[in-house]
Amino acid sequence: MSEPLLKVRDLKIGATVYPPGEKPHDIEIVHGVSFDLMPGKVLGLIGESGAGKSTIGLSSMAYGRGGVKITGGEVWVNGRDILKSKLGDIRKLRGGEVTYVSQSAAASFNPAKTIMEQVIEASVEQGKFSRRNAEARARALFAKLGLPDPDNIGSRYPHQVSGGQLQRCMTALALCPEPDLVVFDEPTTALDVTTQIDVLMAIKEAIRDTGVAALYITHDLAVVAQVSDDIMVLRNGDMVEYGSVDQIINRPQEEYTQALVSVRSIEHEEKSPTAEPVLSVRNITARYKGTKFDVLHNVNVDLYPGQTLAVVGESGSGKSTLARVITGLLPPREGEISFAGRTLTPDFKHRTREDLRELQMIYQMADVAMNPRQTVGTIIGRPLEFYFGLRGAEKKKRIIELLDEIELGEKFIDRYPAELSGGQKQRVCIARALAAKPKMIICDEVTSALDPLVADGILKLLLNLQKIENVAYLFITHDLATVRAISDNIAVMYKGKVQRYGGKTQVLSPPFDDYTDLLLSSVPEMRLGWLEEVIANRKMESAGN
Amino acid sequence: MNPIVKLVAQRVALSLLLLLMISVLIFVGTMILPGDVAQSILGQSATPEALANLRAELGLNDPPLTRYFQWLFGALQGDLGTALTSGQDITAAIGSRLSNTLFLAFWAAVVAVPLAIFLGLLAVRYKDRWPDKLISAVTLASISIPEFLIGYVLMYLIAVKLRWFPSVAMINDGMNLWQKLNSIALPVAVLTLVVLAHMMRMTRAAILNVMQSAYIETAELKGLSSFKIIWRHAFPNSVSPIVNVVMLNLAYLVVGVVVIEVVFVYPGMGQYLVDHVSKRDVPVVQACGLIFAAVYIGLNMIADIVSILSNPRLRHPK
Repeated sequence: MSEPLLKVRDLKIGATVYPPGEKPHDIEIVHGVSFDLMPGKVLGLIGESGAGKSTIGLSSMAYGRGGVKITGGEVWVNGRDILKSKLGDIRKLRGGEVTYVSQSAAASFNPAKTIMEQVIEASVEQGKFSRRNAEARARALFAKLGLPDPDNIGSRYPHQVSGGQLQRCMTALALCPEPDLVVFDEPTTALDVTTQIDVLMAIKEAIRDTGVAALYITHDLAVVAQVSDDIMVLRNGDMVEYGSVDQIINRPQEEYTQALVSVRSIEHEEKSPTAEPVLSVRNITARYKGTKFDVLHNVNVDLYPGQTLAVVGESGSGKSTLARVITGLLPPREGEISFAGRTLTPDFKHRTREDLRELQMIYQMADVAMNPRQTVGTIIGRPLEFYFGLRGAEKKKRIIELLDEIELGEKFIDRYPAELSGGQKQRVCIARALAAKPKMIICDEVTSALDPLVADGILKLLLNLQKIENVAYLFITHDLATVRAISDNIAVMYKGKVQRYGGKTQVLSPPFDDYTDLLLSSVPEMRLGWLEEVIANRKMESAGN
Repeated sequence: MNPIVKLVAQRVALSLLLLLMISVLIFVGTMILPGDVAQSILGQSATPEALANLRAELGLNDPPLTRYFQWLFGALQGDLGTALTSGQDITAAIGSRLSNTLFLAFWAAVVAVPLAIFLGLLAVRYKDRWPDKLISAVTLASISIPEFLIGYVLMYLIAVKLRWFPSVAMINDGMNLWQKLNSIALPVAVLTLVVLAHMMRMTRAAILNVMQSAYIETAELKGLSSFKIIWRHAFPNSVSPIVNVVMLNLAYLVVGVVVIEVVFVYPGMGQYLVDHVSKRDVPVVQACGLIFAAVYIGLNMIADIVSILSNPRLRHPK
């Protein structure tokens, strides 16, 4: 048997943390992980955020992001322990033997240089190819990765191509110097589902054709199942399980892996519409100031009390714009919105306090939606003062009730946002919205930034609260699994129009229009061979290409 | 039309408009100053008839608007009037002074700008280590000490003790370039020390800001050396704030060097202006003000245009 390309032994990684109100101290974030990667094989690293998967991936380039330091163990690449190498040798390894594809190609390309300059830079710098040969190789890779106009796309600047295309360019950048190992760090996570499968297929074919080995890092088990040979499951810096793709997907041994495989445990029965909708959006057409085209065309939807309307679509489909129109941040050009039996003023500045109170909002980024210098109690207490004039003991009693409702409890009242996890922060935002006793809450991608298991908990909480408070949700998301889990009605949006609208079962049952079909079929499924099947059966191209 | 052409044209038009407004301000400002030019020329013992004659001769009895436009059109054609005190043609007098000032500013900039940017890059490369701290300490000290003090200290050490360069920076048309440079070496050194800190610290801050970006990590993972990362990937994205500070300092080198000119007895614009302010020679003060304003506005306009050109999104629209 041949030698492994990458051999990791008892790898320990530490970092310095700066907790609020405490002295900075060192913690260990990866506790002794070992694995082998054979040449030409693909190993998937999977886990939630904080599992240490990116950190482990970058250690194969002897790199620690931010304050992260490799504190112990061995990392052997091509028979050398790179942790003992000199900086000059490590520089030859980086960009030569081992290369990296990051999550956000948009941020990882230098905006001031052409794509070609950046794709060939490492090859030329490391002396692997002459500039001419490197450019020829880059053009061949652009073609292989399915980029349009491969001969000329290199002379463009990063902002001149789409997100999906840039992610492929990043893959070309990584493959250009003929590396032995590529570290893919969540390369498709930032893309729309419909774009994701094209990029995924391009990456998979490129790996197969070049015979390069890869570490594929992701939190999405269904994605990693499509490209990997083996999978390693990580949790809190420890290896939980290691096995072939088939074994991990079909016969997971550990409880944690089983939970990852069977995530989305929610079964939600669709409710039928009641007589009076709480919100009705009628013939809304809207455009942004200073632009010449409409981003919403004649949109009509209804939301019934105590129910959930899911608005789904890719980025740019107009779903967040719809939320801005409803909240009055963007007055529409035409159409009107009625809410709780009265017509809403288009501009929020002229709305009554009652209108504002009854229509609340929860955002995608809980971090930035809270004042970091206020305690949880102050954050939740603010709407209680503002809308109901509660003070002192009365206010505190209500805050504690709300904290109990979001399953956090009284002990959180004096904490600051920085001391909370992502899921806990989102719960506090939910409590703040509920404090106003709204009739309706707009949830804008509220679970997109969260790990699957945490997101699952948030969705369960939202459904429970809906039962207790009879609040309606307008749920904006690009994630169809979430839609299945919680909605009563669904509106599929595409290029500013409602493409398909109706009850959940009706919208999600055939016959489909082409776009809904594309959207539904693009959601990764946790089985082997799914990717090839989907690509073969597609009826239309995704908009992101 | 390419949006960049439009943006640049806008900047130029705005700068011209601004300059026009400044010219009004200068004119009005010198008009409302107390005192009477005719009186100050002729002295306390002048007869009323002589005063009236001189006023008529100088055009001081015309309405202000007429005088403003006469002055403005004259200035546009390169005629800045005659100095009241000496009767000299201002354009000719300023001509040689201005070219001396620009000569000094140019050579100070040639030394200071590359040095400041290089020191800034060096400070980023060795961030929080001793070279960074040393650069910061020295440049801060040199900006904090009054420039005349630095001037005299350098004069004492280098001109008097070491006798490397002359202490008085006299130049005239008969000197060749080398003699001239030798003559202005000390004022150039002082000016460099004065403007270095500002430009160097802005370079450091602007590049450090960019060093947090994800594309710097990409460059690092390509195995590039630290200096290549800073020079190739960080610097092109921090040009705009750096250029702005560089231009402000260049403007200072032209209009703010009065003290240095006095210390080194250099025949530049600053001295000329100060002389004539004390003699209340209004046409000269107006002319100097207009030229200084034009330099300031022009350099800032260049900074704006460079910022626009350095943005790839504007240079290469979708």
